Amino acid sequence: MTDLKHRILPTVQKPARYTGGEWGEIKKDLKDVRVRVAFCFPDTYEIGMSNLGMRILYGVMNGMEGVWCERVFAPWGDMEEAMRANHLPLWALESQQAVRDFDMIAFTIGYEMSYSNILNMLDLAGIPLHSKDRPGLHNIVFAGGVCAFNPEPLAAFVDFFSLGDGEDITVEIVSLYDRAKAEGWSKEAFLREAAKIPGVYVPGFYRHEYHEDGTLAAIIPLEGAPQTVTKRIVEDLDNAFFPTEMIVPSTQIVHDRANLEAFRGCIRGCRFCQAGFSCRPVRRKSPQVLYRQAVRTLEHSGDQEITVSSLSTSDYRGLKELTDQLIPYCAEQRINLSVPSLRADNFSRELMEKLQTVRKSGLTFAPEAGTQRLRDVINKNLTEDEILNTCAQAFSGGWSNVKLYFMLGLPTETDDDVLGIADLVYKVIRVWKEHASQRKKGLRIHVATAYFVPKPHTPFQWEKQITPQEYLRRCRLLKSHFYSRSIEYDYHSPDLSRLEAVFARGDRRLGPVIEAAVRNGARLDGWDEYFNYAKWYDAFRECGVDEDFYTVRGYDEGELLPWDTIDVGVSKEFLLRERRRAYQQMVTPDCRHGCAGCGANALLKEVACDA
Amino acid sequence: MPRALFEKTGNAVYISHLDLMRLLQRGFKRAGLPLTHSQGFNPRPSVSIALPLSLGVESRCELLDFQLEGTPVPNREIRDRLNEALPEGVRILEVYDNGRKLKELTLLESLVILEYDAGVPEDAAEKIRRLFSGGEVMAEKKGKKGPVQQNLIPMIRRLEIEACRDDTLVLSVLANCQDPALNPGQISSAISLYLPELRPDFVRYLRREIYDTNVDQFR
Ligand code: SF4
Repeated sequence: MTDLKHRILPTVQKPARYTGGEWGEIKKDLKDVRVRVAFCFPDTYEIGMSNLGMRILYGVMNGMEGVWCERVFAPWGDMEEAMRANHLPLWALESQQAVRDFDMIAFTIGYEMSYSNILNMLDLAGIPLHSKDRPGLHNIVFAGGVCAFNPEPLAAFVDFFSLGDGEDITVEIVSLYDRAKAEGWSKEAFLREAAKIPGVYVPGFYRHEYHEDGTLAAIIPLEGAPQTVTKRIVEDLDNAFFPTEMIVPSTQIVHDRANLEAFRGCIRGCRFCQAGFSCRPVRRKSPQVLYRQAVRTLEHSGDQEITVSSLSTSDYRGLKELTDQLIPYCAEQRINLSVPSLRADNFSRELMEKLQTVRKSGLTFAPEAGTQRLRDVINKNLTEDEILNTCAQAFSGGWSNVKLYFMLGLPTETDDDVLGIADLVYKVIRVWKEHASQRKKGLRIHVATAYFVPKPHTPFQWEKQITPQEYLRRCRLLKSHFYSRSIEYDYHSPDLSRLEAVFARGDRRLGPVIEAAVRNGARLDGWDEYFNYAKWYDAFRECGVDEDFYTVRGYDEGELLPWDTIDVGVSKEFLLRERRRAYQQMVTPDCRHGCAGCGANALLKEVACDA
Repeated sequence: MPRALFEKTGNAVYISHLDLMRLLQRGFKRAGLPLTHSQGFNPRPSVSIALPLSLGVESRCELLDFQLEGTPVPNREIRDRLNEALPEGVRILEVYDNGRKLKELTLLESLVILEYDAGVPEDAAEKIRRLFSGGEVMAEKKGKKGPVQQNLIPMIRRLEIEACRDDTLVLSVLANCQDPALNPGQISSAISLYLPELRPDFVRYLRREIYDTNVDQFR
């Protein structure tokens, strides 16, 4: 007889997401396993399997003797329904066993809008949501990823957070658990010891007190916990663990290709960008190591496409050396090489042309703001000339697709800046008329605007978010200035970015809101098919929490911030200085022109910042 | 063009046709067996599968045509190297040259495995046999322009009760697999429609063998 799970599988969309058994999957014999880790990604398989960080840590943990790390993803709605109807608890892919039978439940969180999935997955697993309702060592829940840099909205649910690069700290955490389990420690004893590992933040060891106006009054460390916890970094990426034998999904995922990381950190300093600051200092892999890893990864996976990723790949110092080696290899092996986030400089232009021999894709720019004035405010170092020159070259080379990404609601933005976007777009059209070699195809310009979300650990962490009404007004204003048929303009509904803003700078009072929203049915919020602001709206009202407090209010420079316990290396003084410069429309040159003194180099013990 | 006979079992049955193509292409690459590519703007590796298999269906007799470039590799070695490079559930049984023309592949033998949680109802085998010995059993099939009604009887060469255990009833069905093709799912939906008391709790399908029109094994 076919068991329940296998009766359900043929009835749901893309069942291969739930079965495991892919090429490269790691299985272990349970009798050799002392610690079982359920590594959960709080979104679907297609998104999670595209995440390089998760793949690295999967390799790191499975590289440990006596430890078996398995993968868990959020089920799509049809599967969730079937699971609930049949009382089938959430399972891990490798062993197909229930997550609640695992020792450690790890989450990697890169996006605030996956918070509902975290709670929903715990619930589907049959694991109590609240840390306090899980009294023992069993089912200890911990989390890492960019969102751990302001973990407070999740403080009630997650036992501890792991901050920064995971390669080393994860081994230390899991080893400590191994010992704790063998010696029968209590959960409290384990957490007390874990808190001594640099980079581990145990929210239960901090009490948050508030002023009457709702702002934070004090963060009080308990149990001898440190006042601030500093993120961990890997100093030497060449010698850091990198899994060249990766899982190859049997079903298509979002980034269905091999993926290499050229460097961590960013030299640019765009003032809105959380990753740009919180991933500093700059550390890179040598082109030789990258090339070796590329070849080994491709040989093992059989992938026909590879991408070299990082926050700004054209800033990678070894790019020429790497591509000089990789392009011939890929051509010979019929592999598509893609290098995203290229800038508009000469070398990149040449490189784009070379890569074009392998495959043609569109041109993409993210000027973020429509006028040079506002680009100076946000320190986005991309000029109109660069954009137009690159377009001219590309158009004469036969390209006819351009994508342009902007934000609306940036600090100091006026209607002139909004209309500056339209101006820029028309200039691109003019350039096309002058330079296009393939007029018949016609030009397609895709313009998208996003609603600015102020993020912690950036110079804009204190800024107000504009109201959704104002955002929509600016979108409509812009739209009314687009009358060419070549332009396709997309703007997202403000609801999602508003919520993102709430949680990005949120505090512990949002825990009940997430819980209530999940109870109301919120899940898969990153997906249009599922996102429904009404569920969140009701949750805020139920809990008596006002979204505006976290969004349009703005934070005072003197205010104690919920994430002040977390040190990502970049100093508050630097962020304040950058904020001042923003208001003076002063650009800060990138790190290659000289260290701007962000402070992150203090995290390095053995080497200097490699900007 | 060489041809591979392969099976798709276990968890691999949940891999869709398109995903399976991608999986096999990667398998060839991992095995160090370079495929020739189509000409044109977007060159594609030359692999094709004879009869696309529905999601969830197990098979012992899938056919894959492919073309390698570079130094010739013996067929046995191709098989072994591929099997080393494919995930569980996809297994190459045999690689051979001079496969027959696919248009001569006309018949397919499938097992339809009906599961009854409360035990197989009385007289089920007899009732099913009687149903399919009549002149007309209509069942729906998904067509390109929406569902179409088909009479199953002219498409069925042979339908037998192969096994009847406490809770499973196994039918073996030899039927057309090309214009028009019978989808084994139509057998179970016809049973549920004509004999509602025999509606199963779950049905599994297995593709067992392929034949030409003379019921000679097709390779
Ligand atoms: S330490 Fe200096 S060079 Fe390094 S990232 Fe910070 S500002 Fe740039």
